Amino acid sequence: MSSYGPLTLYIPEPAVRPGGVPDFSNITIPRAGSVDRPPVDIDPRAIRDLAFSIIRVLNREGESVGPWAGSLTEAELLEGLRHMMTLRAFDVRMQMAQRQGKTSFYMQHLGEEAVACAFRRALSTGDMNFPTYRQAGLLIAGGYSLVDMACQIYSNAHDPLKGRQLPVFYSSKEHGFFSISGNLATQYIQAVGWAMASAIKNDTRIAVGWIGDGATAESDFHAALVFASTYRAPVVLNIVNNQWAISTFQGIARGGSGTFAARGLGFGIPALRVDGNDYLAVHAVAKWACERARRNLGPTLIEHVTYRVGAHSTSDDPAGYRPKAESDAWPLGDPVIRLKNHLIQRGAWSEERHKQAEAEILDTVIAAQKEAERFGTLHSQQKPSARDMFEGVFAEMPPHLRRQRQQAGV
Amino acid sequence: MARRTMIEAIRDAMDVMMSRDDDVVVFGEDVGYFGGVFRASQGLQAKYGKSRCFDTPISELGIVGAAVGMAAYGLKPCVEIQFADYMYPAYDQIVSEAARLRYRSGGQFTCPLVVRMPTGGGIFGGQTHSQSPEALFTHVCGIKTVVPSNPSDAKGLLIAAIEDPDPVIFLEPKRLYNGPFDGHHDRPVTPWSKHELGEVADGHYQVPLGRAAIRREGRTVTILAYGTMVHVAESAVTESGVDAEIIDLRTLLPLDLETIEASVKKTGRCVIVHEATLTSGFGAELCALVQARCFYHLEAPIARVAGWDTPYPHAQEWDYFPGPERIGRALLETLEP
Repeated sequence: MSSYGPLTLYIPEPAVRPGGVPDFSNITIPRAGSVDRPPVDIDPRAIRDLAFSIIRVLNREGESVGPWAGSLTEAELLEGLRHMMTLRAFDVRMQMAQRQGKTSFYMQHLGEEAVACAFRRALSTGDMNFPTYRQAGLLIAGGYSLVDMACQIYSNAHDPLKGRQLPVFYSSKEHGFFSISGNLATQYIQAVGWAMASAIKNDTRIAVGWIGDGATAESDFHAALVFASTYRAPVVLNIVNNQWAISTFQGIARGGSGTFAARGLGFGIPALRVDGNDYLAVHAVAKWACERARRNLGPTLIEHVTYRVGAHSTSDDPAGYRPKAESDAWPLGDPVIRLKNHLIQRGAWSEERHKQAEAEILDTVIAAQKEAERFGTLHSQQKPSARDMFEGVFAEMPPHLRRQRQQAGV
Repeated sequence: MARRTMIEAIRDAMDVMMSRDDDVVVFGEDVGYFGGVFRASQGLQAKYGKSRCFDTPISELGIVGAAVGMAAYGLKPCVEIQFADYMYPAYDQIVSEAARLRYRSGGQFTCPLVVRMPTGGGIFGGQTHSQSPEALFTHVCGIKTVVPSNPSDAKGLLIAAIEDPDPVIFLEPKRLYNGPFDGHHDRPVTPWSKHELGEVADGHYQVPLGRAAIRREGRTVTILAYGTMVHVAESAVTESGVDAEIIDLRTLLPLDLETIEASVKKTGRCVIVHEATLTSGFGAELCALVQARCFYHLEAPIARVAGWDTPYPHAQEWDYFPGPERIGRALLETLEP
């Protein structure tokens, strides 16, 4: 007979479910400008608190304040705003195209535009991102063609990936954007391997890994952190914590660790949390981490605290698992509006110019979409050939595939 | 030319490639300073430096995942999984990543990667040091699977694998590392120094992937085998007195179907031998191909001799192992009218 009572299993639950009143009071938001900016060569043990705070630059008044401010010029900020607005407009058009049956699937970025768009500005030509499916901002901010993006989504005759990949699983080596895998987290350790290769070859290029809050639970994440730590790989490892892994709230993957950034501490990797809806803060932190990698100081782990305003994908309806108005209650606001307000506050932008820019950007996006549709949409006649299905499995087609292609009659 | 063990031949292949190509890197558990638990990479770190041959954490997914990233960068990693039985944590990286990278990126990224792993039993390794998982690789599109049976081939095939533009799984029958095991565990081991295929040419040469070798010419039945079972089949033939033709497949994918087809059409009979478990083993694929290609030439049902469908046992290792006696019986049964 045990003198203890029966054991019970603990299952974490989000603060609120559908029908409840959204509540983010459990998220402590530090004042903008209140978190120190340490030198990049600091001993990681001295900045453990950065894994539990949130680095923020833009305050409620739209001013950029504190030690992390000032990493971008006004012209760069205006361009950054344009990138985020382009991504948002593109999302709207592609989401609609999916509803119209022009493609099978789409994933939008609503509310998370700042993360990839701002991060991209800290990178140089030749650096390599290993993205997940919600970092198209890297492509847009990196100057990739909207037409090629739409062609990939439509799996049409002009699709650079020849109809082989699910929509939004882009790849562009030239733009430092590694091929996306639908098996989550696999690319995280690959980013570390790519960075190790760069170091082995005494190159100057760095790698960047991307992962969502939910996928940090995969073994690949832990392997990546071990390898990055052991070999001091020139890599920046990003966690985009948008609070929801499809229907599963972040507490299920996070467990008792307090924050996702804190996972880095056990590996001796400097770990920072940043306001993912603050374009200036994301850029400043990205620049700090990239500088560490370039100076051969090793990896950095960054948790971008943000919120997935839209559904996980076109196959998902968040009404089934979270309150409808939850995104309105999100305490870090909207990244586009915050940067817009900052630029207005600086006298570099106005509501009128913003409206005008919105219209111009929408025109550009629609023009790109129409251009792409000239090459077909998913169910139109113009699609990559069945014959091409057999190409590219290997560099040289082995006999058994030649026989199968013949059998298929293509 | 020199007589070498299979381990020495494999080490020589990596040595040749590391000296010819700065992009070749070698790593894995215990691989660096110590030179691997089977000593395949012994001396390579001292010769080529720590950044080209190094130890890794015990993380097979980390080893292969990092290697995929390195290959995408442009290196040619040749990594070691300490035992094929340990590869399962890396399986996702092999199947969903390495194998598909060329295809899914429209050729923008490729994965010239070799994953070496000791395979097979016969060393009292129990269920976690004896498995033969080749069918788990041949079922995957986008990777090649190689199983050498002797030092001369092992070197040439490994060089071909490292120079191949696509990922290659290189399964090394560990029972053959030190000698051509004939299946009689109770007899003294013959060393490779006494076998003609222990003769390994110096320097660079390839044994091309996708070509089988006829180890013994014969008229009455074709034996399809690879790795350790090539030698076990040889003793079965000698002991049963059957005039069998023995084909050493060497590469399972791509498969040298022409050589197989020509032989079975000549003999009219076929016995397939592998150490891996029977059900859904690579023998099933061979059997399907042979019957489709040679149906009107077959004079008997195709037979398969394989490991039983049980985990690889420890104490009962030699009851599990498809030895010369079982193969001999299958040969005789196939010859019955």
